[in-house]
Amino acid sequence: MTMVAQGARTGDDPGLVGNAGPREFLTFALGGENYGMDILKVQEIRGYDAVTRIANAPAFIKGVINLRGTIVPIVDMRIKFGLGDPEYNQFTVVIILSVARRVVGIVVDSVSDVIALGAGDVKPAPEFGAALSTEFITGLGTIEDRLLILLDIERLMSSSEMSLIEDASTH
Amino acid sequence: MSIDLKQFYQVFFEEAAEHLQSMEALLLNLDQNDPDPEDLDAIFRAAHSIKGGSGTFGFSDMAALTHALETMLDRMRKFELRPSQEIVNLLLEGQDAIHAQLNAHRGDGACDPAQAEGVIERVEELLVAAKHHGTSAPEAVSVAPASAKREQRRFRLVLPALAQPAIVENLLRELAEVGQLHGLGAIGPDATPDQLDLTTSLSYDELVDLFGFVAGEGEFRVEEITASAPVAPVAEQADPGFGFFVDLASLAPQGAEAPADPGFGLFAEAPASALPPAADPGYGFFLPLPAEDAIADAAEVTAAHGRRTSDDPQTPVARAGRRDTDKVVAAPAEAESSSIRVSVDKVDQLINLVGELVITQAMLAQTSARADPVLYERLFGGLVQLERNTRELQEAVMYIRMMPIAFVFRRFPRVVHDLAQKLGKQVELKMVGESTELDKSMIEKIADPLTHLVRNSLDHGLESPERRRATGKPEKGTITLRAFHEGGSIVVEVIDDGGGLNREKILSKARERGMNVSDSLADAEVWLLIFEAGFSTADAVTDVSGRGVGMDVVRRNIQAVGGRVEITSRTGEGTTISIRLPLTLAILDGLSVAVGDEMFIIPLTFIIESLQPVDTEVSSIQGAARVLHVRGEYIPVLSMQERLGVPGPTKRFEEGICVIVEAEGRRAALFVDGLVAQHQVVIKSLESNYRKVPGVSGATIMGDGRVALILDVAGLVRVVPPSYARAA
Repeated sequence: MTMVAQGARTGDDPGLVGNAGPREFLTFALGGENYGMDILKVQEIRGYDAVTRIANAPAFIKGVINLRGTIVPIVDMRIKFGLGDPEYNQFTVVIILSVARRVVGIVVDSVSDVIALGAGDVKPAPEFGAALSTEFITGLGTIEDRLLILLDIERLMSSSEMSLIEDASTH
Repeated sequence: MSIDLKQFYQVFFEEAAEHLQSMEALLLNLDQNDPDPEDLDAIFRAAHSIKGGSGTFGFSDMAALTHALETMLDRMRKFELRPSQEIVNLLLEGQDAIHAQLNAHRGDGACDPAQAEGVIERVEELLVAAKHHGTSAPEAVSVAPASAKREQRRFRLVLPALAQPAIVENLLRELAEVGQLHGLGAIGPDATPDQLDLTTSLSYDELVDLFGFVAGEGEFRVEEITASAPVAPVAEQADPGFGFFVDLASLAPQGAEAPADPGFGLFAEAPASALPPAADPGYGFFLPLPAEDAIADAAEVTAAHGRRTSDDPQTPVARAGRRDTDKVVAAPAEAESSSIRVSVDKVDQLINLVGELVITQAMLAQTSARADPVLYERLFGGLVQLERNTRELQEAVMYIRMMPIAFVFRRFPRVVHDLAQKLGKQVELKMVGESTELDKSMIEKIADPLTHLVRNSLDHGLESPERRRATGKPEKGTITLRAFHEGGSIVVEVIDDGGGLNREKILSKARERGMNVSDSLADAEVWLLIFEAGFSTADAVTDVSGRGVGMDVVRRNIQAVGGRVEITSRTGEGTTISIRLPLTLAILDGLSVAVGDEMFIIPLTFIIESLQPVDTEVSSIQGAARVLHVRGEYIPVLSMQERLGVPGPTKRFEEGICVIVEAEGRRAALFVDGLVAQHQVVIKSLESNYRKVPGVSGATIMGDGRVALILDVAGLVRVVPPSYARAA
């Protein structure tokens, strides 16, 4: 765990665009969309277990689980982004992230692959103005002619929007 | 010295703190009318060791202060100065000042140099005054030690029985040249004396050197006899280094396992190896002190250590040799021999891992329960063993964090001593069960509340000597601190044999403060009123009471660590305040309750009772808030299902259970679906990966691996009265 956490801290740059050398991304599906995030932030991938609900938490925070003795909050990204059906069965996948020195689990529809993208493969995300916040999107990539949305997962998880952290003054 | 002394600072700090502590304990126990010379010696040694160490590490302020104290102590142990209350107080003050200096050097706050200077000044005054009083004082405050003076000394020489007559004769001739021999009357030409006295102006070393010519070192013993200090370990005074080693050498044959000769051989080497480095000018870090003093320093430290370790003659000598040559390096090695310092994080990690192991084991047990015991007999045997091993492992790991409560208790002799003097009361402090162990973090947290309780007992509990006499009690009151295990918790009691609490006074005071109390309240409940904020029945406010934390803070602090306070009191006989604490902060006694499909833990310390309400007992106020009628009291009801947002159909009150809790003086009935079980749970933080959740103080992992939330009773109750008052 510690090892991963250290690894995660090294990739602390928000802007991936223009970075030299290929980087590896874990891709996952939410509804019909494909997302990718820095593989170094991922601690492990596991199935969805029974969670313990937390009173008065936002709907996308499903609750907490026991991850080998540590209490870890679980966020359902499908609810957060309003994508796909929040169904929970034996195929539901939880990606355990190690971000901002915390451990957080996110529920996604499925985990696809790990791909390497060079700096040239990543295009900057277009501005949508007020219609859509691109604050947490670091760029857009392409896999097999499909769009891959690259997330700055660390920034997203520590944002006040996720209400995962007491005082969201991290950015 | 090429060694970076800084790395040894920590060791010195710890050792010095230890010396200070033993100094304080000895001073407080000192019988001023008939001081035990050994105690005086021990105090002197403690001061001396600190001085030596602070000199070595360049803490000149500490060295100066300890030197002044040491001068006084030296006079005391030589019976040139009678200990008095004034002196003891001065020494205690000095000890405080050293402590402040120590903390300052440690980087732990600043110290006021005036404090130390004041003590030094007063010590000097006192010594000068004592001198004018006509007590024979060789020097009052001068830095030079007594041994620097060329004066006639009397030594006792003990010779080995097996010594050759020719050698002894030789020796006698030599000795006759340097001084006056006594006790030779009985010795004829063929009889060898086994001991004789010599008066000479030679120093100890010179005498020993002289002996070296005629007899092997270790085969003889030299002791200084001074008329003024007959009891003190005399050898130490002239040259402790040698006295110590030679003394040991002569003791060695008594050690069962060592035959006389090899033993002698071994010990004879020790002084030899000790000497060169001591005389070596390389001992430059002792510069502020005279060279001879430096030797004494080193040797006295070893002497002190030798005494502390058992009577195995080999250990101190071996250690002494090493310490003398490299005193500073030897120190950490010694600390390692009995204990190791490990960061709390490592221990916590271990506890976490073991906790996971326990959960895994529980899971295995659960899964295997479905298997056929006949087919899998060996598997079941293994699982039973695994369960036992994990349980024992868990207990053992928990005990790593445990420390004896003596760490808290040992501050009290001083507290009581100072306070009793200030209040003009006579108090005896008894401490029972000091070795009872509890969690380290708990020890830190209960120190302050406990101090307050002790002060309180002394100030309000114990009567003045006059009143005690009038009521037929001994003038000297007793305060007893008692710690013991009871069930899964630790009970610490503060017992005084004072006047007891005054029921009427407390009740009238409570009414005065507008509290709704009835005369029919049980005694135990009346006593608990004294923990209300701002509650004081003291006739007069002294500077003792009203300082520091109040009783309400005491209770809050104790509750914060999951403890409870109880009071029993009998008028005229005394009061007992007992604090019941969980063994560790990491474990909590809890009641698990079901709310809908979910399980929550209520810490047991807050629970008063649980009851199944009858329909008529619950009434609503303005249609919204509900109260429960229990024995003439209306308690607000909190539906946990609503409060915690648990989905599911709302239950009727008579279908569920009301758990009545109290925190911070407020009561509430928590309405839950049912009680499940009572167990000890390991507290896990929600905040490390998530955030603080209102109404929840933490989480725990149940036997099946699921997470259950621990309710924050104080937080839940806090919102009760305002919210239900304006509920509509």
